[in-house]
Amino acid sequence: MPETSEISEIDDLGARVIKVIAQTQRIPAESISPDSTFEELKIDSLDGINIVFALENEFGIEIPDEGVQSMRGVRDAIAGVRRLIEAKKETVPPGAV
Amino acid sequence: MNRVAVTGLGLVCALGNNVGECWQRLAAGESGIRPLRDPGSPPYKFRTGAEAQNFRPLDHFSEKELDLLERFCQLFTVSAREAIAQSGLKFSGSLAEKTAVITGSSVGGQFSEEEGYKRLYRENLPRVAPLTIPRTMANAGASRVSLEFGIRGPAYTISTACSSSNHAIGQAFWMVRSGQVLCAIAGGSEAVFAEGLLRAWEAMRVVSPDVCRPFSAGRKGLTLGEGGGALVLENWEHAKARGAEILGEIIGFGMSSDAHHITQPCVEGPARAMQWALCDAGIAPEQVGYINAHGTGTEANDVIETQAIRTVFGRHADSLLVSSTKSMHGHTLGAAGAIEGIATLLALKHGIIPPTVHFTAPDPACNLDVVPNEPRQAYVEIGISNTFAFGGLNATVVFRRA
Repeated sequence: MPETSEISEIDDLGARVIKVIAQTQRIPAESISPDSTFEELKIDSLDGINIVFALENEFGIEIPDEGVQSMRGVRDAIAGVRRLIEAKKETVPPGAV
Repeated sequence: MNRVAVTGLGLVCALGNNVGECWQRLAAGESGIRPLRDPGSPPYKFRTGAEAQNFRPLDHFSEKELDLLERFCQLFTVSAREAIAQSGLKFSGSLAEKTAVITGSSVGGQFSEEEGYKRLYRENLPRVAPLTIPRTMANAGASRVSLEFGIRGPAYTISTACSSSNHAIGQAFWMVRSGQVLCAIAGGSEAVFAEGLLRAWEAMRVVSPDVCRPFSAGRKGLTLGEGGGALVLENWEHAKARGAEILGEIIGFGMSSDAHHITQPCVEGPARAMQWALCDAGIAPEQVGYINAHGTGTEANDVIETQAIRTVFGRHADSLLVSSTKSMHGHTLGAAGAIEGIATLLALKHGIIPPTVHFTAPDPACNLDVVPNEPRQAYVEIGISNTFAFGGLNATVVFRRA
């Protein structure tokens, strides 16, 4: 993963999460904001399974089932993905992957 | 006991994307068998198939919908839409609960299943696509149509190899006849052109290298086909009361098991299915004028089916018109009963018997009038549609001209 500053990583991360959701739902990314809830985006449980799968592929993370159930909106998804990426950085020594 | 009308038909197969297109070609004796679009690598031993080459999923579904719908499910849904539109039925109120959806499928969502295996075993990826389960389930077509039209009565899928959709139509017929439901959407679909399944058929050594020529001397086997077919069955009085056009009638259904061999056919089982069907319809063998044969084009089936027909019909067998439309739309496995049942009903309705094409010369072991190559004009009151499955499971549906 390329080195990036904290701020741009957050922005980039959020944009990437939104892009994954947009592609999976086949809706324009512009129609999604960090404040959108899954309900507003008409994302049902089956869509959620698809999105989680795509997020795992995009970020090379494993999202636990409990984490999936507590996600209610885009902001939750971004925060969850960020936590998992950071947890992964902590457990994997630099240069090990 | 209620009479059972057919008030809607829908069809997608190698011959076309709707009933009109398909019937035009059936009635003209035009084959839909073509070189395989993907001949395999290394090439399959057979070079042809009856693919629904003009079926474009995006003409019928959004990309988002297609994420969830396997090809076999798409084929059934599109045929059911056509059938339901023709029937004019709207499934609101109590009719929704008094309508069944019964489908047949032999292999279900083969593409997604194979895709998953490729990821796991060829690419060594640990995970398969998340919607693999709802895409592959054999009842996907029945469930989709139930959801799309709000049909809330009995809905299920029968998997009996090549008899699947005849069993589905037969069960639906009995449910309408007995009054358990007022209407039923019955039929089936299959999408067979998936690599693993084609290799499995190749290994069975029953697929013709060129074309399917049922009952003909020099036949070399079946040709695989894909498609979907749906019939709207409706309580006769219900259809009359709402002024629906009645396209034909189903009057009998019979089924049997050979208990003989897992793949080798025998005379007794198919004969008994036909006898049961005639008995169920309350008609004498002499009243039947047309048989849409199982007629796969394999050496064994066509000889055995000829003998079974002679067993049931005796001297009348020489007056019967017998054709295998598989010579045009291929063997569509779990969809065979639906597609061929529709062909049977339309033959009665239009007074044209679709021929057995690719016929080169008579085989003395198949000495029936198999309507070789050219369609035949004939007024026929009653026709039957046979399917005999691997596993020895036989099913026959009896149709009457409306």
